[in-house]
Amino acid sequence: MKKYEFLDHTADAKFLAYGKDLEDAFKSCALATTVIMTDIDKVEKKIEKKIEVTSNKKRSLLYDFLEELIFYLDTEGFLLAEVKELQIKKNNETYSLSATILGDSSDKYEILTAIKAVTYSDMFIKEEPNLTTIQVVHDL
Amino acid sequence: MISKMEKKKINPKKINEYSYIIEKDESMNVPVKVFASEKLMDKMMQDNCLQQGVNVASLPGIKGHSIMMPDAHQGYGFSIGGVAAIDSENGCISPGGIGFDINCGVRLLQTTIKKEQAYEKIKELLDELFRNIPPGVGAKAPLKLDDEQMQTVLEQGAKWCVDNNYGTKEDLENCEESGTMPNADPSKISQKAKSRGKGQLGTLGSGNHFIEVQYVSKIFDKNTADIFGIKEEGQVVVLIHCGSRGLGHQTCSDFLRKMEENYPEIMESLPEKDLIYAPSNSEIANDYFAAMCAAANFAWANRHMIGHHTRESFRKIFGDSTEVHTVYDVAHNIAKKEEHTVNGETFTAWVHRKGATRAFGPGRPEIPEKYQKTGQPIFIPGSMGTSSYVLVGTETSMKESFGSTAHGAGRLLSRKQANQTWRGEQLKADLEKEQIYIKAASWRGITEEAPLAYKDVDEVVKVSDDAGIGKIVAQLKPIGVVKG
Repeated sequence: MKKYEFLDHTADAKFLAYGKDLEDAFKSCALATTVIMTDIDKVEKKIEKKIEVTSNKKRSLLYDFLEELIFYLDTEGFLLAEVKELQIKKNNETYSLSATILGDSSDKYEILTAIKAVTYSDMFIKEEPNLTTIQVVHDL
Repeated sequence: MISKMEKKKINPKKINEYSYIIEKDESMNVPVKVFASEKLMDKMMQDNCLQQGVNVASLPGIKGHSIMMPDAHQGYGFSIGGVAAIDSENGCISPGGIGFDINCGVRLLQTTIKKEQAYEKIKELLDELFRNIPPGVGAKAPLKLDDEQMQTVLEQGAKWCVDNNYGTKEDLENCEESGTMPNADPSKISQKAKSRGKGQLGTLGSGNHFIEVQYVSKIFDKNTADIFGIKEEGQVVVLIHCGSRGLGHQTCSDFLRKMEENYPEIMESLPEKDLIYAPSNSEIANDYFAAMCAAANFAWANRHMIGHHTRESFRKIFGDSTEVHTVYDVAHNIAKKEEHTVNGETFTAWVHRKGATRAFGPGRPEIPEKYQKTGQPIFIPGSMGTSSYVLVGTETSMKESFGSTAHGAGRLLSRKQANQTWRGEQLKADLEKEQIYIKAASWRGITEEAPLAYKDVDEVVKVSDDAGIGKIVAQLKPIGVVKG
């Protein structure tokens, strides 16, 4: 299955991400987000990090998760290579995401562009049996 | 409250050669006024920006018109190139109407260098600028602010720089708000935003941000140009375009999310989620405004630092006697509390300018002493390799557009289309044939900003001039560009 594809958007970067389930599609979103910033295939898996976010909606859970990737590039110069593990659990009305990600220090790689922010523009999460599709627009 | 509406076909009605109106329907509180020629309107019809203008017209407390500038194009929630004056007592404030890059803006410097001198040393000059003013993407920092310094920058903006021997008092005087927004409260900026910003002061960022070395190619209004310090054709000037970096982006995100959590009913009712707002007089509206002012201060400190390093770079390349003065510095992603009058009613509004420049005319107390007679300077950058313009604010803009005009060329092609159409090396070679030199962090960065990916800036400023909301003073042409 294709993990993501980029779409036309006048100002920004828009993509569709796919997965067999919600967790898998979240992983694809993280990869597509990184592809905007750098050539992800070159990034080595040297540093391991944990991401934990909670939210009462899947939409905001995704927003907060992707925002962590932008935050790590700005503050620690961290670039993603792979999402090793990603779990989403629902307790009462709250979703919790915990992920283990692998990547490297950005010093060694060409940064094509930074992402200013995740947006809610045209965002959707569509869950079907064996296929979850997510659309995201990032502000560049 | 905005209701979920069916997407209807929008029919803008032509009023004259430079403006259109979209009549108010039951979903809107005011009509939409679009400043555009036929040519620019054709382009606006190709993306979703007019629908976004209609959505903005439905916000509670919006006054007069939802206004779209000639450079309007699709954004997220609000279009880019829009103005909304929303009653600050009985309305709302919306972070999306300011944008993620709070106080993204433009600073123009004028110099005593002539274009022939600049061509002779352009490559050295671009290298020097690139060394002193890095893109700052990733964790590389030219300067790291400690907590106390960050606090002062957020409170005082560009004043902090002058107090620490970066730049001059004259730089402060020739800056919107003198480089310091009052009402800034650093405690409303999250720790996350502060940690993104602490290594980013004096950095350019990426995307469409740049430093462009230009020459004055044509003066249209000699008297005004003279007062702006634009003395003659061939004089070298420098245009700096950037904003509040990660600190501002994070602040916008933080408050979008907070408003979403606080007002779930509003959020669910919106046609686009990035339109989320907080009602006037709510704690969160006041907190956002105080945080936005602090982030705006960070942006003014940032452009001030870049201006200072530009001056140092010029002196290193052209000698210590080189003079570099700030003409002015304008914000084009910001909300200001201003008094306006519509149909005889005077009110205080949060004027949201998202991709729009304040264009105050003569005599306004908000503008510097030296520009009292002319009106404020306005800068409209073109795309890489095309002309930029200096305009002057007018009294007409107060009546027509809440004292605002356009901010740039406005994108036409998506970044994806641009990348598929041009190759970086070829584009660089083509521009060099026209004597325009580029220093960029990434080749792809170059193609995304290719000149043809943008609307025609000449057409954008012509509409502003025809409508009288910002009059043309001078045209500037590029010699060299540093791109983040």
